[in-house]
This record gives sequence, C-alpha cells and structure tokens, in this order.
Amino acid sequence: MATVLELRNLTKKFAGDVTAVNNISMSIEGGEFVTLLGASGCGKTTMLRMIGGFEHPDAGSVVLDGVDITDAPPYERPVNMMFQDYALFPHMTVESNIGYGLRISGIESRQVQHEVDEMLELIDLPGMQNRLPSELSNGQQQRVALARALIRKPKILLLDEPMSALDAKLRQSMQIELLSLHKKIGITFLMVTHDQTEAMVMSDRITVIRDGAIEQIGTPTELYDHPVTPYVADFLGQSNMIPAVVQRSTADRLIAKVGSNELDVTNATVIGTIDSNVTLCIRPERIRLLESSSEVDTSLEVIIGVVEQVLYSGNSLHFTISLDNNQSIHVHHPLNTVFDSSSIASIGDTVRCGVTSATISIFAG
Amino acid sequence: MLLVPYVIMLMISFYTREFPFHVPDFQFGNYLKLVEDPQYYLVIFRSLKIAFLVGVTAFVISYPLSYCLARKIKSNRVRLLLYVATIVPLWVSYLLRAYTWKTILGSEGILNSFLMWTGIIQEPSTLFLYNQFAMVITMAYIFTPFMVMPVYASLEKIPPSLIEASKDLGAGRIKTFLKITLPLSMPGVLAGFTFTFCLSAGDFISPALVGGPYSNMVANVVATQFGIAMNWPLGSALGMVLLFIVLAVITLSDRLERAGRINLA
Repeated sequence: MATVLELRNLTKKFAGDVTAVNNISMSIEGGEFVTLLGASGCGKTTMLRMIGGFEHPDAGSVVLDGVDITDAPPYERPVNMMFQDYALFPHMTVESNIGYGLRISGIESRQVQHEVDEMLELIDLPGMQNRLPSELSNGQQQRVALARALIRKPKILLLDEPMSALDAKLRQSMQIELLSLHKKIGITFLMVTHDQTEAMVMSDRITVIRDGAIEQIGTPTELYDHPVTPYVADFLGQSNMIPAVVQRSTADRLIAKVGSNELDVTNATVIGTIDSNVTLCIRPERIRLLESSSEVDTSLEVIIGVVEQVLYSGNSLHFTISLDNNQSIHVHHPLNTVFDSSSIASIGDTVRCGVTSATISIFAG
Repeated sequence: MLLVPYVIMLMISFYTREFPFHVPDFQFGNYLKLVEDPQYYLVIFRSLKIAFLVGVTAFVISYPLSYCLARKIKSNRVRLLLYVATIVPLWVSYLLRAYTWKTILGSEGILNSFLMWTGIIQEPSTLFLYNQFAMVITMAYIFTPFMVMPVYASLEKIPPSLIEASKDLGAGRIKTFLKITLPLSMPGVLAGFTFTFCLSAGDFISPALVGGPYSNMVANVVATQFGIAMNWPLGSALGMVLLFIVLAVITLSDRLERAGRINLA
C-alpha cells in the first residue's frame, strides 16, 4: 500500500504560548482506517484541521500523495471532512447539501442528481432528496454529512469525533456501518476521537496523542497488549499499576516482589531499562480468581489478597482486592452463567489471584 | 392605552372641516381628497420612494460593516468597541445628527472643501444639500444602527463550521459568501430593511432640515395640516394612510421571515 499522507515535523502554537501540536511526524497508508486518539485538548483535532486546511501549521508540512499541500486552502485540497456538528446547510435540501461539492466543480445538474441518488442508496436513505436537515434525525444527519464528504471521492476522509452527538445504541450501530462503508469504498479514513473503545473497534491503526506529541502508534492489539508507556496502558482499557521490586534470581529468572508475593516475570514485556523499583501493569480481566486454595496451575503467578469490594456489572464482577503492602488491585471476573452469590468470594475472604507473566508489562520506575 | 392616540386620530380622520376647525362626522371625503389631489398622493409616493432608497443605502453601508464585525475581527474587545461605537450615536439627539449633515454637505462644508482641494471642482457646489440626495444620505446615516444590529445578529449566528464545510467542499471565498453567508443572513437584512423603511417613511426632521423646497414627506404635510392649515381631519387621514402602509410592510416582512425561518431551524 502506498503512503497517501505524510506529516513532517508538524507544529502549531496558539496565543498564550500554548503548543497544541509539537513536532509530530507520521504517515498513513492508502486505504487504512487510522484513528487519532487522546484526551480533550491533546492536539488531535488541531492536527486534523491542519490536514483539512482549516489551520495553518507554524512549522512542518503536510504531504498528500507526494504533493506538499501545507499552504493550500481547503477548497484546493483533495481531502474532505465530516464535521463534528455535521455542518449541514440548513437552507438547502438533502439533495443540495450532498450535491453541493459536485455543483461547485461545475458538474451539470442531471449528473449531480444521479450521483446523489446513488449515494443516498449507499447510505441507506433513499427518497430523502427533498428533506431539509431540520427534518432529519441525528443519525440521518450524520449520514448525509458523510455522503456529502464522500461523494467527491477525496483521497482521505477526515472524521472529527463523528459519534459524539449520538446516543450509545446508535453509536454502536454507526460504528459498524462506518466500518463496512470504509471497506466498501476503500478510501483512507482518518478519525479523531477520545473514545478508546470506538478507536479499537474501528481502526487498523491507532495513534495515541498526548499534549501535542505521539505516545504510541500501532494496531489496537499492539497498543492494548503491549503499551509502551503507562499513559497508553491506562488510556486504553483499564489497568492495575502495581509498584514492585525486581531482581534477578540465581537461575537468571526475573522475580518481582509485590508485598509478600513473588512473581516470576521473565516472560513479561519490559519497557525501558529497569533497576530495582518498577511498576507492573496488569489488566483486570487478565487476572483470574483461583477456585480454591488448593488449585494449582504452574503457568500462573499467584498474588494473595483480601476482598475489599465486589461490584456487579451484569456481565462481570468487579473485585477490589487489597494486598499485604496496602496496594489494591482490580479484578474483572466474567460471569458466564447465572449469578450465584454463594459460589463467589465475598468481602473479607482471602483469595488467590492468578496471572500469566506474558500478560504483564513492566515499566521502569 | 397605547392605542388611544391612534383611535382618536382615526375618528378625526372622518370628521368634516368647517373653518376654522372641524366637526364630528363620518365621511370619507378626506381620504378621497388624498387620492384625487396629486399634491397629496405624490407626497405619499415620494415618502415611500425615499424610504426605499434609504433602506437600500443603509444596507450598502451596513452590510460590510456588520460582516467585518461578525466575521473578520478576531479580538473580542475590538469588536465590542466598534459595535458600541456604531450604536451609541443613537443616543445623541436626532436633530443634532441631522444637522451635522447640513454642515457636511453645505457650500462651506467638508465635502465641498475636499473636492475643491483635490481640484475636482473649482467652486462650491450646491448640488449636495437641500434635495432628495441629502435626505437619503442623512437618513441612511441616522438609521444605520437599525440595520447593523439585526444584520450583525444574524451573521453572528452562522456557525463557523458551515463556512468551513463550504470551503472544504470546494467553494472559494466568494462562492461561499454568495451561497452560504448571504442567504443565511437574509432574515437580519429583512428585519433591518423593514425598520429602516418604516422609520424613514414617517420622518420629519430630515426633509425639514436638508430636504429643500421640493422634498416634503408625509410627516411634513401632516404637520402643516395640523398647524397652519388647521385641517385636522385631512392631516389625520394622511397619518392613517401612512400608518396603514407601514403596518402592511411590517406584516409582509413578518410573513417572509416566517417562511424563511422554517429552513433555518
């Protein structure tokens, strides 16, 4: 796949000495679905806007298909944006909205109408040509905004927090629709969001942005299973950050001491050079509550603790377990059958938690 | 209680004139006179024509100003300052503001001095003052705030993302303005035009001060009828006609605005 977009040393400062985007470089392959993920104010939207032409970078360049478009205005870029508030023209019908870009480029009306009809079929809104945006539901408006951007066959489709105005159920179905649309059309999608679930569900690759800089780029699996910084580990999904002390044993195995527990973490992912104080990162769903005190599984490392709290969340139980070094860890225990409180550990019980060392990430310091 | 003066005026408009005053009656003679005597219906047409020209001139002056205020000025403080600067003159005496134009346009005035200094004319021109041109300019200046306020408000309401979307889809600055900004600001333009038109149609001071001998408008004639001519019934009839026209314009404007508003919800 050829590289369709390259950002080179992109920098943007705003008034008051705020550096929104700090020397970012990255590239996107054609046909990919890439997401810029981060908290509010991290610079991801500013990046998107610089690609779209709505902000001008203070330094660096935007290169599209080998052409430097850094200084080009939006109307000269083969890139289209779906805005967060949809930005549908309220005084025009659905047909005029979608066909707007085509008419501007001089295509004659009958041809435009034909293409709009096709596009309406594609987004599953046939017959809506003469409706006004105010007469459409949220989800319908979003699809019209999408159609309006896609009909010009841009090299990249930019999506600015596309799901933020939708309720949870609609969000889920739109994620799937967007994904299937992407596969059908094959255009490169670049999305900005703060919702990590959305990013993981939809993207080929995710770029985690923090304070104007890239924390990590990778596939959802890479980011989830092998985060390179505690920030990424904490941003995607949930994780337990457990302070520990590591040392090498005589048999050259790496041992981490958490309170009075000793864990063999030779197979863990180690980030950075470690001296004796580290932070272990383990995801709550990767810890298993062992059935009884006699269950032994040699592939698991064991941590012993006391149940502090149990929360029922329908499909799982969320345990808070306190360890003997005054740390607490969270364990998510899946419920694959009807809930029976008697068979589950309760508050005050001592439990044994098992975890495989491959699922542990160790961060220096 | 606000209606009482109008009701009284309506009643008097049907009275009959009997020198030197008038007697209560119910007859349409006064209205008939307005329609038959060119001296009166010409005044009405002239007032409407002037009011229309004032509206157009005010639009031409105010739209660029409102546009800059709403879209071009980045600093909030500067914008507020300029906006207030446009509105504050309303608090100054109307008579005073009309008078300033008398001095600007007169033979000793700034306009003439400037034209002579640049050599365009050799001696002061009397073309600028005491005619309909002077009236239109004066009233357009005085009523500009009434055009700026609604136009600014409607321009300000346009979400910036609409402008960006239009550009994103390939429309340059001018096309974006013509297809998006201008149509969406029309409600404000309509409101401003209506205010300005109605205020101008019934204006008294401008024609009196800078209009010259052939520029009587309805208000001046009404004043004469109530004053020297002592013909209250005729004056009332004239006033009612103007009132009726103004109400019709406002209603029309309201209908248009309502029809357009559906699209902007």
